[in-house]
Parts: sequence; structure tokens; C-alpha cells
Amino acid sequence: MPDATLDAKGLNCPLPILKAKKALTNVPSGGTLEVLATDPGSVADFDAFCRTTGNELVESSADDGVYRFVIRSSA
Amino acid sequence: MAAEGNAATQSNQKSMCIIVTKGSLDWAYPPFILSTTAAAMGFNVTMFFTFYGLPLLFKKLDLQVTPLGNPAMKMPMMGMHMGMPNLAPVIPGVDAACSKMMKNLMKKKGVASIEDLREAAVDSDVRMIACQMTLDLFEYSLDDMIEGPELGGAATYVEAAAKSDINLFI
Repeated sequence: MPDATLDAKGLNCPLPILKAKKALTNVPSGGTLEVLATDPGSVADFDAFCRTTGNELVESSADDGVYRFVIRSSA
Repeated sequence: MAAEGNAATQSNQKSMCIIVTKGSLDWAYPPFILSTTAAAMGFNVTMFFTFYGLPLLFKKLDLQVTPLGNPAMKMPMMGMHMGMPNLAPVIPGVDAACSKMMKNLMKKKGVASIEDLREAAVDSDVRMIACQMTLDLFEYSLDDMIEGPELGGAATYVEAAAKSDINLFI
């Protein structure tokens, strides 16, 4: 179970990233944030976001038009 | 927002500088999208607002877009993409209608408003520099602008840009 879930469905670039960054501040170090999005661009963007910030992208999957990302906070 | 807290003094942190020169609805997006995203990715961000970019700092925004001289501007309508004859915007109300149409489209597609992105930029400590020369030239006042921007000139920008990993002119 993730420590927190962010519903970013229906939001477009860059809102899923901005909201995820904000939500991550409430996740303890080592904890996980689940992000749900419908923006197809978010797949590449969460990859890049995690590589650059040092947070770990534990999971990136898609199901019926909804993208699911699980990010482990490194903060 | 003191300059000391910026790119200059923190060696590890990456930084980005953007010169913002355009103030139409469409051109306002790239600088605010990139600055908020870079800030979210841990960058120190500086935005230098000059010429027509400066009004993007006004408290009250009413951004407009024009199809004039922009043949690439085609909006999805009635199942197709429709452009406009190049001289249509001379008719009063056409620009306003186009702007309204684009704002509606943005809302429908979950694209943030410029007001929201700007607020996010302020909240994430993006350093904003208002060009003093532009302020004088067009007789604007810092009083009409949001809280946060500092005044500066070319040298202020160059100092920040010299220490930035990414420099953009938009």
C-alpha cells in the first residue's frame, strides 16, 4: 500500500508533476506516493522527474487509459 | 527574495534562467510551465521579465491570443481543425473570441491557467526579476504587480545566467 495517493486524472502537463512534487513533501523518506494520471505525456515525464530528483520510480503501468506511477521518496 | 538564496551560492543545485519577452496567452505558457517544472525538479529558477513579458507580472491578467500572422494557429472545431483568414482579426471582437475559445479549450483539456502556474512559481520560490528599463519605458509601476518580483537590469540577468545550467530566451 502506498503512503499516499494523488489523483491527477484529467490534468495536463505540467500539473501532474507539480502536484506530485507537492504530494511528495508529505511522504516520509522511503515512503511511497501513488500517482494516477490520464496524460500520456506523464509516462516519459515521471521517468525524467524521478531520474533528475533522485526519487525512485518503483512502478509505471497503464490500465484502460489510466497511468499509475509509484514513486519512492528519497527526501 | 534575496539574490543570495539563488543559483550563485549553491554549488550542487542545478539552475535555470529564462528571459520572458512575450505576453500573449499562448506565449505566456512555455516560461511558466518550464519554470514551475524545473523548480519541482529541484532547480533554482530565475525569470527575467522584459518588454511584453513584463505585463505577465500584473496582479490582474487578461491574456489574449491573436491568429494574426500566425497561420499555424488552428483550433479543433466541429470535428476538424479550423484556422482563420489572416485579416480576420482586424474585425473587432475576433481576437477576444479566439482568446475565449482557447481558454475554454484549455480548461476542458485540464491545462492550468497562467494565473495558477504563476502562483505555483511564486510558491516554489522562483526568482522573478522585473526589467527596470521596461518599467520606465512603458510607465508601469511595481505597485500594479504581484508580490515577489525584484527590480533589475541586464547585469542582474547576466550574473544569474552565467551561473545557470540552462538559459532560455522565450
